[in-house]
Amino acid sequence: MSTATDKIDSYLGREYAPGFITEIESDTIPKGLSEDTIRLLSAKKNEPEFMLEWRLDAYRHWLTMPTPEWAKVDFPPVDFQDIIYYSAPKSKKDAPKSLDEVDPELLRTYEKLGVPLHERARLAGVAVDAVFDSVSVATTFRKQLAEVGVIFCSFSEAVKDHPDLVRKYLGSVVPPGDNFYAALNSAVFSDGSFVFIPKGVRCPMELSTYFRINAQDTGQFERTLIIAEEGASVSYLEGCTAPMRDENQLHAAVVELVALDDAKIKYSTVQNWYPGDKDGKGGIYNFVTKRGECRGARSRISWTQVETGSAITWKYPSVVLRGDDSVGEFYSVAVTNNYQQADTGSKMTHMGRNTRSTIISKGISAGRSSNVFRGLVRVTPKAEGARNYTQCDSLLIGKKCAAHTFPTIEAQNPSAQIEHEATTSRIGEDQLFYAMQRGLSAEDAVSMIVNGFCKEVFKELPMEFAVEAQNLLGVSLEGSIG
Amino acid sequence: MLTIKNLHASIGEKPILKGLDLSIKAGEVHAIMGPNGSGKSTLAQVLAGRENFHVDQGEASWLGQDLLAMPIEERARSGLFLAFQYPIEIPGVSNAYFLKAAVNAVRRHQGLSELDAMDFIKRVKSEMKAVGMREEFLYRSVNEGFSGGEKKRNEVLQMALLEPKLAILDETDSGLDIDALKAVADGVNRLRSPERALLVITHYQRLLDYIVPDFVHVLAGGRIVRSGGRELALELEERGYGWIESGDSAQAGAAA
Repeated sequence: MSTATDKIDSYLGREYAPGFITEIESDTIPKGLSEDTIRLLSAKKNEPEFMLEWRLDAYRHWLTMPTPEWAKVDFPPVDFQDIIYYSAPKSKKDAPKSLDEVDPELLRTYEKLGVPLHERARLAGVAVDAVFDSVSVATTFRKQLAEVGVIFCSFSEAVKDHPDLVRKYLGSVVPPGDNFYAALNSAVFSDGSFVFIPKGVRCPMELSTYFRINAQDTGQFERTLIIAEEGASVSYLEGCTAPMRDENQLHAAVVELVALDDAKIKYSTVQNWYPGDKDGKGGIYNFVTKRGECRGARSRISWTQVETGSAITWKYPSVVLRGDDSVGEFYSVAVTNNYQQADTGSKMTHMGRNTRSTIISKGISAGRSSNVFRGLVRVTPKAEGARNYTQCDSLLIGKKCAAHTFPTIEAQNPSAQIEHEATTSRIGEDQLFYAMQRGLSAEDAVSMIVNGFCKEVFKELPMEFAVEAQNLLGVSLEGSIG
Repeated sequence: MLTIKNLHASIGEKPILKGLDLSIKAGEVHAIMGPNGSGKSTLAQVLAGRENFHVDQGEASWLGQDLLAMPIEERARSGLFLAFQYPIEIPGVSNAYFLKAAVNAVRRHQGLSELDAMDFIKRVKSEMKAVGMREEFLYRSVNEGFSGGEKKRNEVLQMALLEPKLAILDETDSGLDIDALKAVADGVNRLRSPERALLVITHYQRLLDYIVPDFVHVLAGGRIVRSGGRELALELEERGYGWIESGDSAQAGAAA
């Protein structure tokens, strides 16, 4: 008799679709990390002196820091001398000025990934910055955006073209010494995206960055900085993929968001780094620091993440609620299958008066994976009238996976109202049976049940990406029952 | 339509069905009664393909096919419907979405075109009216927070939409007050037709006042120990199951 288990197992056929390798000539520096590496990297990017100094300070600080071991993840120590810190596809010129100058092989790569680099493409309402290994290879719709004063460019360009803005805001939310991986990133970050929305401007289109790791043994260390001035608003999305390789690769990014008075930033992530094979071999180590600061009154920062990839995910998108009446939100779906490990969650730091935050986390564990939610809600003594609502639900598929929840609440103001709800459930065999008795296939039934579980988070994603996220979820959970 | 021969089924090491025979033809309404633990619900689950139960021996022929070899969803798509004793909740999935997915899965199997949202809503609204469900239930999560009566109405609604050839009602009367029972029975009776058979599983004869069966079978100890017409249910009501269990089992297996 065919069972739900057989059905889903037989469905395993589909592979990690973005797992291909692009054959392209690269400009790669030797493995290893030292002050010389950083000088070389900075020189390659023609950076101003202040940037090099900033990097070196971070590096010297990093040398004094111990590797963090508090997360509930298990992996052999990373050999930081065995990583290539800079690898860029060779191009005829330093930086392509228009899409026509971008290597067609790269354009094909992004096309294959479904990322629109042609401005008249299907997702015409989305501007894209494409980051390939260590550099940004193209940014679309720049002219249209510039007309309304929006700056959307690679980080390297921002350092050259807008050094004052970079100096003012870089490291102002995540200081170089914030944590081990943030310090490393500050020392060696190679590119990323820079967004500046001036006062009163609503960014007319979705902005997005697509990160692609291609070269072998290369770490990707990108830096994203988004600034929304008074009354400005922007919705930004990042996507990530990497080829299937047997070696683990390190991705240590830093994302900083700054929202001034009445500004709104919505940051969505669909993370689909290569998770390793079904025996746990290979995959990306995704150690990321993401933090936003609601610096102004009535500002709002919202993180939405769908995490399906990476061998290990370690990230806690956070909001510092400094401005009065500011709002921080975190919506997350984290899926782990096979041997994946995720330790993720959020931190909300309430400093201003009447600040509000919401954390909705949905963890789905399958296979032999481990899925951890770690949350910190901190209310400082002056944060009169702070409110937080945290809801943290775990769904288990199969009997060999694990889900853990570590919520921490530090309230130093008696007026704080903090609510925490947590549930853990198993995809019921009875739910599957019920849906299949109505004629649904096992895979449709699982996908329906899981999507139902994640609904509160998916509704926060921009439309186009909600669909992508649902599909991704389906692929990630293939072969998960049994 | 359905012919079951010498069906043995167990859960874990425990045998529950021990040689059950039953034959159902199109247009017939069969009732299966029996004391708790006699195997009534097991029969329903085994026919629908629940994996927890192991079929040890016997056979079941369904529309000329080997029912026991068919996957769960194939049985459903070919027209076998089980109204659950305890309908399952699926949080976050709207009833409308679930019903539409089910209807279209069955339609695809039958080679019909899928209903689009408009046609589906029209259809489902009229059926809801017939079973006395308010429209809001379309947009609520499947069975989540429904009362016992609402869940059972939702089962009848699904049955009406899926138009099965054989509907198995597993203790559909349990937990219902008399008004809900009537409403559910009305819904079921509307679906009676010469092409459609019903297998009504119940502990009490009460339901059979509303859904009048052509045949009544008594299930005890994993076998059908007595079969008869409608009057058998009334006799059971009067004399209790003890009468059957202590009686001779000469008629055991003499199914209709």
